[in-house]
Amino acid sequence: MATMKEALTSPIFKNNPIALQILGICSALAVTSSMKVTLVMCISVIFVTAFSNLAVSMIRNHIPGAIRIIVQMVIIASLVIVVDQVLKAYAYAISKQLSVFVGLIITNCIVMGRAEGFAMKNPPLASFIDGIGNGLGYSVVLFSVAFVRELLGSGSLFGIEILATINNGGWYVPNGLLLLPPSAFFLIGFFIWILRSADKEQVEEEEFKITKNTRSVKEAF
Amino acid sequence: MANNDSIQKTLLVAVTLCIVCALFVSSAAVMLKPAQVANKAEDRKANILAAAGMLDPEKSIDEQFERVTTRIVDLNTGKFTDQFDVASFEQSSIAKDPQTSVELGGDDIAKIKRRENYATVYLVESNGELDKIILPVRGAGLWSTLHGFLALENDLNTVAGLGFFEHGETPGLGGEVDNPNWKALWPGKKVYDEGDAKIQLIKGSVDANTAEAEHKVDGLSGATLTSRGVTNLLQFWMGENGYKPFLSNLQSGEA
Repeated sequence: MATMKEALTSPIFKNNPIALQILGICSALAVTSSMKVTLVMCISVIFVTAFSNLAVSMIRNHIPGAIRIIVQMVIIASLVIVVDQVLKAYAYAISKQLSVFVGLIITNCIVMGRAEGFAMKNPPLASFIDGIGNGLGYSVVLFSVAFVRELLGSGSLFGIEILATINNGGWYVPNGLLLLPPSAFFLIGFFIWILRSADKEQVEEEEFKITKNTRSVKEAF
Repeated sequence: MANNDSIQKTLLVAVTLCIVCALFVSSAAVMLKPAQVANKAEDRKANILAAAGMLDPEKSIDEQFERVTTRIVDLNTGKFTDQFDVASFEQSSIAKDPQTSVELGGDDIAKIKRRENYATVYLVESNGELDKIILPVRGAGLWSTLHGFLALENDLNTVAGLGFFEHGETPGLGGEVDNPNWKALWPGKKVYDEGDAKIQLIKGSVDANTAEAEHKVDGLSGATLTSRGVTNLLQFWMGENGYKPFLSNLQSGEA
């Protein structure tokens, strides 16, 4: 089905949740200082978006409108707690680094946005695929940010040294700014810029335009 | 689907959902609990071994930890105590209980407010003789409380290693307390000078030719407050209110 494939692939570049919808920025700033942590975070987010979409979609015809946001939150929160518990049990070192941010997947706007915007209106399978797609879209941005931040900030990728840093007797002076969260703002900005230069459709229409001069300069003075 | 919005249906959906989710979450938590507890204990052991410079990532941590004996010390008398069961002893809860801790008031250079009366110490023995001793230390840095272990050689004065396993200092600045190169400066430093805890971090790097260089360690650049915190917490825990009474008892064989 074409729509299935579209649901999976369009969020990656064409309708990227971070770059186009500017959702889920908070965790993108916090967990991207190393690739390893980013990888685990991305897997967790993909898992949560996919299964929360699936669950919400399965019961969508029974969710009362008045409490639908609460219902979605309960489902999302349960999934996130389980992810957190699993990480604590099987990837302890990484869960220590991710600390509070796994819990904050609950408040990640992408998860909630897809549950409310897609899963409430679409059948389970399509919603599940859509969840994976949006998780992947999130991952693409996080990975590109983490790649730059870890490479230039600590001279390594996945903890393996690429640029020998001064501290370890090499030549590269790590850029400390890239280890701090604000650097991710610049990088996401660049990412959005590149994406929108490549795909002009993503550029929003200006909300208002300044009208052209109706009088000539001579007339005005 | 108009009846979805009736009160009965709303309550039914809410209650059912809560029960299903609660079952899901609690069963996951119960099933994963043993693995989590084991991870936590293992992590602590790894940090203890790492502080003493004994951690070998190739070998299993439990196997390496067999060389370590855990004992509990009464910090007021400076002697070992058998009052508590080592396996269930929780130093952090002892530190909070007014019955088993003291308020520090003016002596609180490490800014920890209360000090527990009992502390866990880890002894590494070889051939029946004390080889190394590892002491838990903690104190305020810039943003957070630094929790770590200080390991001493068998003269109870020479540092064998220092490591922090939990802190929230600025990455790249105060967070450099985790830098292996900085940690490598510690072994060989001396804590005491004629009975006073003199170990400290200084601004800049230490000139080996100056007097008292053996008590000084390079400060962390760009992290004056974290460096000060590390100095304070070490001087506190090595001082009269910390492990000093215990260490001198241990030295004279009275512990």
